[in-house]
Amino acid sequence: MLHGHQTWVFANRPTIIATAAVGGPFEAEGPLAKDFDKLHGDLWLGQDSYEKAEKVLLEEACTTAIEKAGLQKSDIQFFLSGDLMNQTISSSFTARTLAVPFFGLFGACSSSMESLTLGSLIIDSKSANYVLCGTSSHNAAAEKQFRYPTEYGSQKPPTAQWTVTGAGAAILGREGDGPKVIAATVGRVVDMGISDPFNMGSAMAPAAVDTITAHFRDLRIPPREYDLIATGDLGKVGFTIAADLLKKHGLEIPEDIFTDCGILIYSKDQPVFAGGSGCGCSATVTYGHILNRMRKGELKKVLIVATGALLSPLSYQQKESIPCIAHAVSIEYIS
Amino acid sequence: MSNKKKKKLTKVQQEYQAFSKAREPQRPVLLNVVRAFFVGGLICLLGQFVQDFFIWNFDFTEKTAGNPAVAVMIVLSVILTCLGVYDHIAQWAGAGTGVPVTGFANSIASAAIEHRSEGFVLGVGGNMFKLAGSVIVFGVFAAFVVALIKKTLAILGGS
Repeated sequence: MLHGHQTWVFANRPTIIATAAVGGPFEAEGPLAKDFDKLHGDLWLGQDSYEKAEKVLLEEACTTAIEKAGLQKSDIQFFLSGDLMNQTISSSFTARTLAVPFFGLFGACSSSMESLTLGSLIIDSKSANYVLCGTSSHNAAAEKQFRYPTEYGSQKPPTAQWTVTGAGAAILGREGDGPKVIAATVGRVVDMGISDPFNMGSAMAPAAVDTITAHFRDLRIPPREYDLIATGDLGKVGFTIAADLLKKHGLEIPEDIFTDCGILIYSKDQPVFAGGSGCGCSATVTYGHILNRMRKGELKKVLIVATGALLSPLSYQQKESIPCIAHAVSIEYIS
Repeated sequence: MSNKKKKKLTKVQQEYQAFSKAREPQRPVLLNVVRAFFVGGLICLLGQFVQDFFIWNFDFTEKTAGNPAVAVMIVLSVILTCLGVYDHIAQWAGAGTGVPVTGFANSIASAAIEHRSEGFVLGVGGNMFKLAGSVIVFGVFAAFVVALIKKTLAILGGS
């Protein structure tokens, strides 16, 4: 049901029955390693290209989630997925493997919450019993497509971010035990004229701020309602900007409940510049770490604000600025 | 004229960019320059040693020793690229490792490795010069212009 301007409140409370997170070698060295269902020591995952490796990541996340839910592939009515590859091949090829009716999405790194939002809408309207939402990214595949060859010696500035090698998947159902999706705010595209692809954090921060303010405005609730508000992949730079920008707009989010998945996923000693980014960042941290904390009872209500930079290598070369988007999903778990 | 020039940032965008700029860590330009200077110099020094090595040990003159010396530097750079070390050195050294021969070899080798998965013809062959190509195009063109100027001056001065 529409609430306010751009927020849906799901009266039937779709349940996140099971989630899975799969990561690569760099994520295995990070502080959240134990929250992954599966970690790979090899960036290639035994495949002969990085793109194929990303597909395997997503396939594994999806099959693990289905297994954990105690379901079969045939029980899933719809599969919603997005990734960063051209023509979203990782998602489409995974859908080929799963052989489940499929919607391919593109919201760059916001795809995780975009798919969860639309999946929840499908469940809420009783249009399906089970929906699978997935997202993936691969560091080397993203570097290859968006930047330079991985072994090319170019210097990155301190505002650059490290694309997460990982995939996350969630299964939504109409009933059962598990965290419930209670509301979602669909973001607008915001472009503040930033055109440096090595500075995604500050490009995406205004989109996150726009969606967060819209969420609290539409639902008329204070930020304290949440135990945790996590942005997707702003990194250290973008997160600081977003926090300050929110203060400037008169929406103060207490520091102890405000965090960013891109900061959480890697430790300070890892050479990731400003932090993690990519579709897999918010997906693995949310579906792994954050939901695990909810299941343990440490968190009751969280807001995930996945941020995405909607650029392409061509648009950047044509001197276009970077349009950005953020989708917020509110998840509650009362055990 | 395209409308590119007309496209200006709005006031809100300008305000935001000033706001974000104040919160971004700056590139350590001075440090980068110093590092680039020393690493670049070090690579050139190494190249000089290789050249002298050929002159002292083999039948090369200062002029002819250049070619084998360059070949050695290229091989070294390609080996370091293949071992996955060159990009880490470059992150630290910045423009220092961009010194023509080694940086050029790295740009070609890295692109060739990267696109191996698309096969030898469309992948390796088609993409090897994706970064180095512009260097070749503009390098050759600049050399042509310089040669043209030199010749013109020689003719004018000679008459």
